[in-house]
Amino acid sequence: MRYGLLIVPDLCIGCRACQVACKSWNGLPAEKTKNRGTHENPLDLTGYTYNRIRYIEKITPKGEVQWLFVSQRCRHCGEAACVKVCPVGAIQKDEATGIVFYDKNTCIGCQACNQACPFKIPRYDKEGKVSKCHMCIDRVKAWLVPACAKTCPTGAIRFGKREELLDWAKKERYKVIHGEKELGELGVMFALSQEPKYYELVEKPVVREDLIALGQILRVLAAKKVPITKSIIKRLFA
Amino acid sequence: MAALAESFGRGAMTNQYNDLKNADVILVMGGNPAENHPVSMKCILKAKKERGAKLIVVDPKFTKTAAKADLYIPIRPGSDIAFLGGLIKYIIDNELYFKDYVVNYTDASFLVDPNFKGPEDLEGVFSGYDPKSRKYDKATWKYQLDENGVPKKDPSLKDPNCVFQLLKRHYSRYTLDMVSEITGAPKDKILKAYEIIASTGKPNKVATVCYAMGWTQHTVGVQNIRAMSIAQLLLGNIGMAGGGINALRGESNVQGSTDQGLLYHILPGYLPVPKASEKDLKTYFEKNTPTTKEPKSLNWWKNRPKYIVSLLKAFFGDNATKENDFCYDLLPKVDDGKTYSWYDLFDAMIKGKVKGFFAWGQNPACSSANAGKVREALVKLDWLVHVNLWDTETSSFWKGPGMDPKKIKTEVFLLPCACSVEKGGSVTNSGRIAQWRYKAVEPPGEAKPDAEIIDELFKRIRALYQREGGAFPDPILKLNWDYGKDHVDTKLIAKEMNGYFTTDILEHPINKKAYRKGEQVPNFTLLLDDGRTACGNWIYSGSFPAEGNLMARRGKEDPTGLGLFSNWAWCWPLNRRILYNRASVDPYGKPWDPERAVIKWDDQVKKWVGDVPDGPQPPLAMEGGVLPFIMKPSGMGTIFGVGLSDGPFPTHYEPVESPFPNVLYKKVRFNPVAKISDTPLDKLILGADPKYPYVATTYRVTEHWQTGVMTRHTDWLLELEPQMFVEISRELARKLGIKSGDKVWVISPRGKVWAIAIVTSRIKPLKVMGHTCHVVGLPWHYGWRWPEDGSGGDSANLLTPPTYDPNTMIQETKCFAVNIVKAK
Repeated sequence: MRYGLLIVPDLCIGCRACQVACKSWNGLPAEKTKNRGTHENPLDLTGYTYNRIRYIEKITPKGEVQWLFVSQRCRHCGEAACVKVCPVGAIQKDEATGIVFYDKNTCIGCQACNQACPFKIPRYDKEGKVSKCHMCIDRVKAWLVPACAKTCPTGAIRFGKREELLDWAKKERYKVIHGEKELGELGVMFALSQEPKYYELVEKPVVREDLIALGQILRVLAAKKVPITKSIIKRLFA
Repeated sequence: MAALAESFGRGAMTNQYNDLKNADVILVMGGNPAENHPVSMKCILKAKKERGAKLIVVDPKFTKTAAKADLYIPIRPGSDIAFLGGLIKYIIDNELYFKDYVVNYTDASFLVDPNFKGPEDLEGVFSGYDPKSRKYDKATWKYQLDENGVPKKDPSLKDPNCVFQLLKRHYSRYTLDMVSEITGAPKDKILKAYEIIASTGKPNKVATVCYAMGWTQHTVGVQNIRAMSIAQLLLGNIGMAGGGINALRGESNVQGSTDQGLLYHILPGYLPVPKASEKDLKTYFEKNTPTTKEPKSLNWWKNRPKYIVSLLKAFFGDNATKENDFCYDLLPKVDDGKTYSWYDLFDAMIKGKVKGFFAWGQNPACSSANAGKVREALVKLDWLVHVNLWDTETSSFWKGPGMDPKKIKTEVFLLPCACSVEKGGSVTNSGRIAQWRYKAVEPPGEAKPDAEIIDELFKRIRALYQREGGAFPDPILKLNWDYGKDHVDTKLIAKEMNGYFTTDILEHPINKKAYRKGEQVPNFTLLLDDGRTACGNWIYSGSFPAEGNLMARRGKEDPTGLGLFSNWAWCWPLNRRILYNRASVDPYGKPWDPERAVIKWDDQVKKWVGDVPDGPQPPLAMEGGVLPFIMKPSGMGTIFGVGLSDGPFPTHYEPVESPFPNVLYKKVRFNPVAKISDTPLDKLILGADPKYPYVATTYRVTEHWQTGVMTRHTDWLLELEPQMFVEISRELARKLGIKSGDKVWVISPRGKVWAIAIVTSRIKPLKVMGHTCHVVGLPWHYGWRWPEDGSGGDSANLLTPPTYDPNTMIQETKCFAVNIVKAK
């Protein structure tokens, strides 16, 4: 049974309780930030920030202001490029739930997963180990709702069986369900009343076709203890 | 709260957070729930989604709440009464008011003394104004009475002296053009808002209003809320599910603190603090017990003597007897005509009149308007006791910016206290729901719950008095104080608040039942004025009866489907969830809107069903029936509010520090009775000054709480909002050559703070009286003490003005004059 998150920007009030709950549950340290002329912070995902809310200001053709709040995080792809490309199997897909999780102990820090990710999500901690949203797999396996969904006061982050989330979004007549069909059906979907581009989401995420082959090669190299470094990966993806 | 008490009878949010889901129209003005009350947005968004409710946001900046609105209207800070006055005019001119409600349940039909004159007659002031004392003589602010002492009425609402006609005349110049000129809001949007709000003047349509400090922190704060109260009464939206006026309070337990008499002028349960001239209990009763000749008015405050006597019995126990006026002499009294507000305290310190100060759970060095003055006031003290979770800008004032520790003699004591999860007790939310909570963890180190600190302090002071005597030891020595030997048991305090019988009663005069000495009082309807009952706070009477602590209940039943959840915790008064609910039915007890019936009269069993009715008496038109606003002597919702200091009708005055003239009244620019501090450290700009050309306002963000003492110490929150900022429009930024992220100085006549500029489309310059008005906004969460490297900045209150609402002494921190320059 695939589980997932459905994110509804129309219901999001930008309170960022999800950002804090994520840090709290995962024991992630705060980052020393500055105000850089925006309320958004930190300014990007990092090895210690798995989920952040983007504040997007828009002016409509009529001159009205709009303010959108959009979560940026791992989408838990059905056909996950990161899983395919990882030379050591540090990132895996949980068969039972569809959650894409990882094992820092196995990770060799080559950063192929970030290069391969159509959303450019995976980040790396100070030790160079992979970090990203794992949909609170530890909670989910204990029949608990992920921390972000648990804390969201308005129902803008919904956790549940993927099919049921889809049914709900369709019943509510959202214009677009971003992630319904993309990349082998995403685990983290967005229910939208405008086109994905409007929310600055990757409109048509694509995975490079040569990735599977590349992953196979990397795995062979890794098995033969050939060091796979960041610079090699960068060159391979260039 | 003063406005709600004046209009409806009680100083509290009328409905509940989860009742917002029942509304057809939600007006958010003077508040920003998405930012400051995020959980309430769940209900607001539910109303939008499930009922198709319209959300209207009126605010100087496009807020997070505005981001969810159907209609957003920008408005100049301090022009709310112009906007709301225009709404009242629109409702009246287009006859969109709910006539049955207005005639039966409000004072609209009451005739007013013909000598009463309003600002339209007197060029900006009401009758009775004395420019020397800057006060009103309210002799003419009254209803005409018939030979029986009952207000004269004209149910046709046509008499030129009736409240309705006076109201109509008062707002006759609040045209769309005028409103737009004053507020800077576009006319088409103002009209659209009026249309939507006024569409609820029907029995089966309801609008609710959410406000917060954006309405209260003005020199016309009370009148802002009064204006909306009048509009809601005209539309028949008070007492209804999905209606009311909802004061979204700024702190989790601020309603509870007010209920307990934290303010200087009220004792627990909204009993007035005695004045020096009220020399005995009899005089106090005479001056403070409202009377009425209105035959159908319940006039609940007629019971005040029962509540004050029971309070005195709780305070002084067996020492309080009929013979000694129940120790009334031991209560502190205030001098007649004097205020002892928060701001009076610091002015008194500056003048050297106050030498010692307990700053308990607060951080005035950052939270007070003109905070620079407060910091100087602390220098004048002999001693300062600071009870807090952390060392703050207040406790460390002596080493703050511009201070020379060598020259400061104030002795500072910092007492660490427990935080909310480290102690048990009750918390009363905005909707008056008192919920019991439990200690989760022990407080760290030497930290103690506040109650324990007070308990120990009291016991030591009492021992000192016992040993050494003193000028007036009785108030301490005769106090009835027994909340546990080593530790305070908060349940004992709660039980005292509920009240108990002080003696065996064989036959209670009210219900004829027998009660034993020490037994808990069932509720306040059984309190007595002869000393046989003690009650620490009459409005909480019923929360902890003999059957147990009802505040600890967690029942999830919701039989009406309205979200009343009557078995969840306990709600004052008498577990009534929606106040004034007798106004939600017609005079025969039939709900105006049967689909959202809060209560209804069951003819078969001759009883009300639904919520706890606001008075158990039968419907108005039946035998024994009473009027719906039982706390008002008139029994009516009050449009003509004579209890306030600044006028029976709200009228537009400019903020004290406004660059604009008052286009309505050339001779009276700002509230003629506004309070203004006058120490040498209180500097003000009166009139337009090119040195301070911009209108500033302050607000809060989700991530920080108040002065940020708790949240600046929470790294995850500081990560999100790390630094002092000022939000400015793209147009002003262009004019000043400022880019988003630049460091700037914001300067007012009182001080200056640095801030990071956030240049945004969410604030727009407004066209006001033909001029461009630039609005800038700042949070007041930061302080020099933490983060320790000073990277957070300092408080916006270093800039804010020492001008106050004359009724409440709340500061006008929502509009003041500043300049902005780019930091080098």
